Amino acid sequence: MRSATFNPYQPVLPRPHERKRSQWGMALFIATEAMLFVIFFFAYFFLASNSEQWPFHEDPSFKLALVLLVILLLSSVTAHLGQRGIEKGDSKSLNLWLALSLLLGVAFMSVQYFEYSQHLKILTPTDNAYGSIFYTIVSFHLAHVVLGFIMLAYVLARALAGHFSAERHIAVKNVVWYWHFVDLVWIVVVCILYLSPHFYGTAL
Amino acid sequence: MHDTLSIDEQQAKDRLESIWSEPGGIRGWISSTDHKKIGKSYLVTAFLFLLLGGIEALIMRIQLGGPDVGLLSPQAYNQLMTMHGTTMIFWYAAPVLSGFANYLVPLFIGARDMAFPRLNAFSYWTFLLSGILLYVAPMLGIAPDGGWFSYVPLTSEEYSPTKNIDFFAFALIFLTVSTTAGAINFIATIFRLRAPGMSVNRLPLFLWSTSTISFVIVLSLPALTAALVFLELDRLVGTHFYDIALGGEPMLWQQLFWLFGHPWVYIIFLPATGMVSMILPVFCRRPIVGYVWVALATVLTGLVGFGVWMHHMFATGLAEITTGFFSAASMAISMFTILQVFAWLATMFTGRPVLRTPMMFCVGFIVLLVIGGLSGVMTAVIPYDWQLHDTYFVVAHIHFVLVGANVFPVFAGLYYWMPKMSGRMMNETLGKWNFWFMFIGMMLAFFTMHITGILGMPRRVFTYSADSGWTLLNLITSGGAFIFALGVLLGLLNVIYSWRRGEIAGDNPWGADTLEWSTSSPPPEFNFVRIPTVASRHPLWDEHDHTADPENIRLLLEGKQSLATSSVEAADGQTVRFPSESVLPLCLSLVIFALCLSLIWQLGWAAALLTLLGFILTAWWMWPADKELVS
Repeated sequence: MRSATFNPYQPVLPRPHERKRSQWGMALFIATEAMLFVIFFFAYFFLASNSEQWPFHEDPSFKLALVLLVILLLSSVTAHLGQRGIEKGDSKSLNLWLALSLLLGVAFMSVQYFEYSQHLKILTPTDNAYGSIFYTIVSFHLAHVVLGFIMLAYVLARALAGHFSAERHIAVKNVVWYWHFVDLVWIVVVCILYLSPHFYGTAL
Repeated sequence: MHDTLSIDEQQAKDRLESIWSEPGGIRGWISSTDHKKIGKSYLVTAFLFLLLGGIEALIMRIQLGGPDVGLLSPQAYNQLMTMHGTTMIFWYAAPVLSGFANYLVPLFIGARDMAFPRLNAFSYWTFLLSGILLYVAPMLGIAPDGGWFSYVPLTSEEYSPTKNIDFFAFALIFLTVSTTAGAINFIATIFRLRAPGMSVNRLPLFLWSTSTISFVIVLSLPALTAALVFLELDRLVGTHFYDIALGGEPMLWQQLFWLFGHPWVYIIFLPATGMVSMILPVFCRRPIVGYVWVALATVLTGLVGFGVWMHHMFATGLAEITTGFFSAASMAISMFTILQVFAWLATMFTGRPVLRTPMMFCVGFIVLLVIGGLSGVMTAVIPYDWQLHDTYFVVAHIHFVLVGANVFPVFAGLYYWMPKMSGRMMNETLGKWNFWFMFIGMMLAFFTMHITGILGMPRRVFTYSADSGWTLLNLITSGGAFIFALGVLLGLLNVIYSWRRGEIAGDNPWGADTLEWSTSSPPPEFNFVRIPTVASRHPLWDEHDHTADPENIRLLLEGKQSLATSSVEAADGQTVRFPSESVLPLCLSLVIFALCLSLIWQLGWAAALLTLLGFILTAWWMWPADKELVS
């Protein structure tokens, strides 16, 4: 209820509960985290532009990365459905979709573990600068997945404790935002680290 | 629901008192979430770091007072130089402004606390503990010695094999956590908790600068974090980010460090100009000239500040097109500062200036800023920069802009707001001595350095020979440094003396215009009995009665509450609730402190355990208390 012409002389009616403080907090936290990844990609291209060949080895295989992408995209959908559920007051649906998102999170981490074990046979972070920046970006993303996973689990615990209702579920919203952000970062990681070398070859 | 309609002023005060009062003593201090206590802790801690950094500077000045003085070995000189720069730039200059902002922002906007009071406490504890972490290194005899800019490859494991650089890096990463948390808190506070009617075009100018730099912090600090993460991965894990032999690039450090570093200059400069834009008009007895221009100049400085970083790297062999662009941007950014300077001058010329101590510091600041700004534009010219690169001219420039544009406004703010914090006026006579010692000391110490630099003395040298012709100039600089230090000391003595013995100030001793002066000095724990309403840029100078509230709607007596309004026009009050005080922020900071130590010594199992503990504490912190769940 926003009055078009606000008159400060008029008394203001207090309303119970204000929700947007923590949303500002989460949005800014995501902004600073996003900036960290922007800087990482800057470093990736900076190192690339100063090398005669990039990547140093063969181009990374992108099959598993795409599988991971599908898993994360699905988990974003499930997390969103959970949020939609609680917006309608359906706490059962929230619990269900959150649990499913967590399962998909576990699936992501398992496949990522497998991908690491394959990839490390070809390239390690201490081999050269390309390996260093590649594994740093992927591992930082993984750390964010773990953090998002913990947040989702925490929200599920609060949901099971009966904290949320149709009017009161700001924590769910914030955590789902964060989960979407983790998802979004992976799209960029896949595009830049896994797919783009296949296009420019060794020309960069 | 209590019957608030029939309550009288005294009853309301008593009830607010019982809601907001915190336990006293040590327990109260470590669990406090009161922005005023946290703000004061910030200020005291920042000034302790100023003294530490100052003592380090004075020891260096004794060493440089004459040719071939044997007080310091080259290694000890490098360590002092690094600790001095790092302490001043990271642990004094920005935190001191955070201290003022912490204390003042909720008072400026008519709120009862910051948006996230526990996060606020966390910011303070991480700031304090990161500073302690930095100073653990010298206590172990391995002080960092790579300069505050810590260029690789000097700071790589090959050339700095001890743990010194690790302490530097982890202390800084730790500090970025504090600074980022603080910035997010300021933005949420300024854009959510303003009193009804305080639309953005009525914001006190300090809030324009604080919100600008908070956005700059959120977007620029990751560059520093990334640079330090790469450095530590290189040092501890054995990656090759900066190792040119295996495809790495030492220039990456400089790019990232200055991509963060130059916005940081504005982070420690803009809030200081915001303070001057609030103090100076009060002593000219008129509103500031060109409010909108000053506000826009502040925002634009923050924005363009992201596009000038390579002017720190003109001598590194960048492409001509790159240096040309950054040279032009560096000159362009000075226009916004010039705009502010003219606004202050016009305010003085059209007002009736009263020369009290805060005003003297403001005027001194303008003089120093103009000198420092001019030497800045000079070094933005590339051939000139090549000539003077790495000489004392650059040292003179950095000190004019950092001391002139940070320390002087901070002292103006100290004299101006101390009566609000302590309830007592600062001593005026001592204040004038304070100012003149600092101003003359500043000129002797740092203006002379311009000449020393033009005569060719390189910076970062631990001594020089008698036949170089720099002896007299260096002696003057050293003398000036001691006079300046005496001035700072007088100011701090004045604070201690006036805190107990100063004249009683009253609510509004300066006849100022902003909301903090409408409450008592010192303010009660709940800041305002009623959340005020605002109808102009100068709530205390207009005819609007900002406390009028016949139906007692803005008393808010149901727990720790304040009003939240829309972010632009500050309309539509909604009550918000604050969490209770807690020791968890301190506990979490201690865990992160231990985590940093475990990473420095590469104790993997300890680091994993501490991370887990950190998550548990955070979950405990965020878990709402039962009373918060009641609608």
